[in-house]
Amino acid sequence: MTDTGLDAPPRRKGLTRRRKRGLSRGAQYTVFVAAVIALAVTADWGRLGNQFAQTDIARRMFPDVITLALKNTVLFTVSGFVVGLALGMVIALMRLSSVGPYRWLAGIYIEIFRGLPALLIFIFIGVAVPLAFPGTEIVGGTYGKVALALGLVAAAYMAETIRAGIQAVPRGQMEAARSLGFSPARAMASVIVPQAFRIILPPLTNELVLLFKDSSLVLFLGVTLEERELSKYGRDLASQTANSTPILVAGLCYLLITIPLGFVVRRMEAKAQEAVR
Amino acid sequence: MSRPEIDVRGLYKSFGQNRVLRGIDLEIGRGEVVCVIGPSGSGKSTLLRCVNLLEEPTEGRVFVGGTELTDPDVDIDAARRRIGMVFQQFNLFPHLTVTENLTLPQRRVLRRGKARAAKVAAENLARVGLSEKADAYPSSLSGGQQQRVAIARALAMGPEVMLFDEPTSALDPELVGDVLAVMRMLADEGMTMMVVTHEMTFAREVADRVVFMDGGVIVEDGTPDRVIKAPRHERTRHFLSRLLDPAMADVEEETSDQVGGGT
Ligand SMILES: Nc1ncnc2c1ncn2[C@@H]1O[C@H](COP(=O)(O)OP(=O)(O)OP(=O)(O)O)[C@@H](O)[C@H]1O
Ligand SMILES: [Mg+2]
Repeated sequence: MTDTGLDAPPRRKGLTRRRKRGLSRGAQYTVFVAAVIALAVTADWGRLGNQFAQTDIARRMFPDVITLALKNTVLFTVSGFVVGLALGMVIALMRLSSVGPYRWLAGIYIEIFRGLPALLIFIFIGVAVPLAFPGTEIVGGTYGKVALALGLVAAAYMAETIRAGIQAVPRGQMEAARSLGFSPARAMASVIVPQAFRIILPPLTNELVLLFKDSSLVLFLGVTLEERELSKYGRDLASQTANSTPILVAGLCYLLITIPLGFVVRRMEAKAQEAVR
Repeated sequence: MSRPEIDVRGLYKSFGQNRVLRGIDLEIGRGEVVCVIGPSGSGKSTLLRCVNLLEEPTEGRVFVGGTELTDPDVDIDAARRRIGMVFQQFNLFPHLTVTENLTLPQRRVLRRGKARAAKVAAENLARVGLSEKADAYPSSLSGGQQQRVAIARALAMGPEVMLFDEPTSALDPELVGDVLAVMRMLADEGMTMMVVTHEMTFAREVADRVVFMDGGVIVEDGTPDRVIKAPRHERTRHFLSRLLDPAMADVEEETSDQVGGGT
């Protein structure tokens, strides 16, 4: 490059940054509007409305979709979460143990249950276990089975989350507790774990959201009419009425729970960010 | 003299190949205040942490109040209750209020009742001049206030010995005085104290003895006047001149026996 006028500002060639940004945004809006128009023109709105928005069918679903289906979904999810949390806590502590075999066992558990589809575990609990051990009853009937299946799946993820949370607590906290005379177990319980849970509250809540969705797998356990949750309830009604409205309503019910939970998670994450400063 | 409150005999400590403490013998009598000084990486923190067994000595014995902490059969948790420790980074429990920081250890470790623990907490907060911060969270306090709470937390356990590891090093200069004043008060009350510090004024005025460490051994041990004003060893003189006037220091090679410096 030839060098003239040492102090001259760099010449603006082509588009400025501001101009480029404006053009790029304009292009994106154009694509979006085109897509919306294409969708509106090609979709058969009458048929879609008939299939998904039959108000009389939707009305017939109430109150059962709430008092039965949503209630069961929540019940399954929460019991699975509790089992998963308890089991995950134990596995996390085993993973951090100074005893080798505990660490290996926990590691093996995590690898296995993170790698298997949740569906397979539901089938295993619902079909394989009764076949392999005839006469054994899992306590709590369907509720017990779901809690166990969901708990087994969730525990693997939660164990890793809890372990990360415990390790994120500064080393000085354990040292301060030990120097005050806490035993390692008591320091863990009253100083480290409470701080760890503060750290991992957002990912744990995310896990709850995932479990909400996974609770639909109860479909594969074979449930009585009273034990149906949102997905099965929606599907049954859809085939009864030969209409898709119940699916839409069931879907909305999931969102009723998961969207506020997601909001809470983001709030907690923002707050945690703020606390770090 | 009666038996020493802290008695360290033939102490060695290695981290892998790094021989950090290389034969320490140290006796501290009841009510004595001993300041430990020395260059970074000389093993001061490690020595202090060996006294309450936060670090396991590689070799040697440690007695506190007549109990041998290095005895494998000793109840180390019970022994530590008699030894308060104050850290450079305060290490308050951030999820608890100031009062809860003081009551939780009393209740969980000493099994004190709620009312008793609260009363002891209030007394000790008053001692460090922070009664009005009882319900605050540590994160809302200044560094100096946090360190005074940390001292109060240790005192609430009724220790016979206090260990301080550079308690003022993480503080802004204008906050150092408040913490030193609390430590001076403790010294006046007759507390047995072992203090790693670079605060030479404190060492001169408050300490009964000053110990200079370098390369994992005690190089010099005597009254503040002796060690600070009339050091016998070249290494001590060198360290003190650099400490008292950092601007005068030359750039120099790491000494060969120092494998990896501390922070
Ligand atoms: N937990 C540990 N693992 C491995 N090495 C360690 C550990 N703690 C300390 N050391 C090493 O021991 C040596 C002495 O460290 P120590 O913290 O006792 O020095 P110090 O005199 O307190 O220094 P400073 O003034 O910087 O605090 C350093 O080389 C350090 O790297
Ligand atoms: Mg140190």
